[in-house]
Amino acid sequence: MTDHPETEVPMAAPDEAPRRLDRKANVTKVAWALYIVCAVVILLDFPIHRHADTSFDGNFGFYGAYGFVGSVLLVLVAKYILRRIVKRPEGYYDD
Amino acid sequence: MIEFPPGLLLILGALPVPFLRGPLRGIWMLALPVAAFALLYSLPDGNHFQIAAFGQELELLRVDALSRVFGYVFIIAVFLGVIYSLHVRAVEEHVSGLIYAGAAIGAVFVGDLVSLFVYWELTAIASVFLILARRTPEALAASVRYLIIQVGSGVLLLAGLVVRWHETGSIEFGHIGIDGAGGILILLAFGIKAAFPLLHNWLQDSYPQATPTGAVLLSAFTTKLAIYALARGYAGTEELIWIGVTMAAFPIFFAVIENDLRRVLAYSLNNQLGFMVVGVGIGTELALNGAAAHAFTHIIYKSLLFMSMGAVLHRTGTVLATELGGLYKSMPFTTVFCIIGGASISAFPLFSGFVSKSMILAAAAHEEFYFTWLVLLFASAGVFHHSGIKIPFFAFFAHDSGKRPKEAPLNMLIAMGLASILCIGIGVWPSALYAILPFEVDFRPYTDSHVLSQVQLLFFSALAFTVLMRTGLYPPELRCTNLDTDWLYRRLGRNVLRRLTRAAGAIQTRFYDTLNRRGQRLLVQLYRHHGPHGVLARTWPTGSMVLWVALLLFAYLFLYFIDIF
Repeated sequence: MTDHPETEVPMAAPDEAPRRLDRKANVTKVAWALYIVCAVVILLDFPIHRHADTSFDGNFGFYGAYGFVGSVLLVLVAKYILRRIVKRPEGYYDD
Repeated sequence: MIEFPPGLLLILGALPVPFLRGPLRGIWMLALPVAAFALLYSLPDGNHFQIAAFGQELELLRVDALSRVFGYVFIIAVFLGVIYSLHVRAVEEHVSGLIYAGAAIGAVFVGDLVSLFVYWELTAIASVFLILARRTPEALAASVRYLIIQVGSGVLLLAGLVVRWHETGSIEFGHIGIDGAGGILILLAFGIKAAFPLLHNWLQDSYPQATPTGAVLLSAFTTKLAIYALARGYAGTEELIWIGVTMAAFPIFFAVIENDLRRVLAYSLNNQLGFMVVGVGIGTELALNGAAAHAFTHIIYKSLLFMSMGAVLHRTGTVLATELGGLYKSMPFTTVFCIIGGASISAFPLFSGFVSKSMILAAAAHEEFYFTWLVLLFASAGVFHHSGIKIPFFAFFAHDSGKRPKEAPLNMLIAMGLASILCIGIGVWPSALYAILPFEVDFRPYTDSHVLSQVQLLFFSALAFTVLMRTGLYPPELRCTNLDTDWLYRRLGRNVLRRLTRAAGAIQTRFYDTLNRRGQRLLVQLYRHHGPHGVLARTWPTGSMVLWVALLLFAYLFLYFIDIF
């Protein structure tokens, strides 16, 4: 939905200095930081004794695997199945 | 101590608002929720305000632990909402917002179904102005659909309460259950407002059309009032577990492919309601505490998320992901507040969602609903995916749109700041929230196990997003319409209606054609016989008359003679 804002939206000045995240290398660094954090939290399964809620969630890496696979499936199902079924042009209901 | 319904205080307090000007109006509107909070705080448990009508007692102020939790959080939500909308000049938005909030708070404190019905309908009627105030043709159309569905829910409630009154002789609003027809009708009424699967689409249809400030209030009251009503009337109804599981799971798929970021929030709202409905369905003390606690935290972080997107809409005129990106450069505070809201809804440890959602999951595992537990866990990862990552990412980061809007107005920033403080405060010190829950709490959210499980789940969900983004597998944001159940009435229903109208029109035309033709023929005949040249209209000479009379007399004589012989 697009409204007209009170005034025109200001745009970036042509001579605006780039910010840190504008550099691709820095974004890659952020991604690597995430990979490392993921490795650390999954390895914490060894020292931390788990009080499992169910018979199966005490297994090594259960939550990591479930979170990763679940999210990938979510996105791919939404993209390749749901979007195929429900996507219509913008303004489909307008006539 | 004054024994007066806090909801009614807000409704009556809304009436002088149009006559107040400038800072006085703001001060008055801020004083109302503060007074309501103090009033509620001072009220002891019990029934305080009865009037007799229809031979029944109407209970207008029943205070107990369950109504108190919802009452407090509703008052907090209206306080935040008032601050957030202080810059709005349109007075009808302020008045309808306060009446809407007052009606929702009023509904929480009634002890009978008739009073509930009155407030139930008032929330529908007052809230529609928050959508209408957007003043676009789309908002007008959506508000009409919204009103029809909301009022329809009230009509079902009325029908249900009449049937139940007949069945049981009571209109008390206590446990209802689905044993009688009345109970099922009332469940349907609650189910519409709670956005049960297939009854849900009014939510995603209307909230994104509301004004930036209106959506914040809308997100707080209607659906959570329904959750309260379900917890009151249907605790332990196992069918609700299945309904809740479905609600928690399916909206997140729509949220992934939706471009309008406030509609993404509406889908994730639906998903969060699913957790609460599961809690109500399980119905143990832990589960009901979880549902109430989750409603409490959810109202605040959902308001915060709608506030951050409202600020973006206010400044840029759009919340389409395709039009945004890079806004962190000029709206840093809004960005941080949005991320805090996202962390809270995703249930990161130390944020509010963690201390409430984990109660519901623990209750499911404890009662050995393992499938339910697995779906809720999947939904937790999913909600992080689209509310925790997608919303802040596409609005404030992603590809730079080049837009450099001003930071949100001061009053919006204050409201978002306060909501953020509450989100973190509840997350860090959950004991204050636990103290006001309906049942005594014997639950520790911060165990090594819980924290580690949740952190692993969320970080690996983030990892999935990162991998999909960097490999280009993540679906691109597109400007498009995604069909949902609203297709049934906006397209199929409309087409059926059009066909029917056309068919009825054809039948009508044919009927009139036939009638016309028959009528004309009749006229022609009449004209032929009775017209100026018609046989029956000729002037007859006297001679022929005499001849005919003589002939008749002759025939008569002849027959007479025949008879003699």
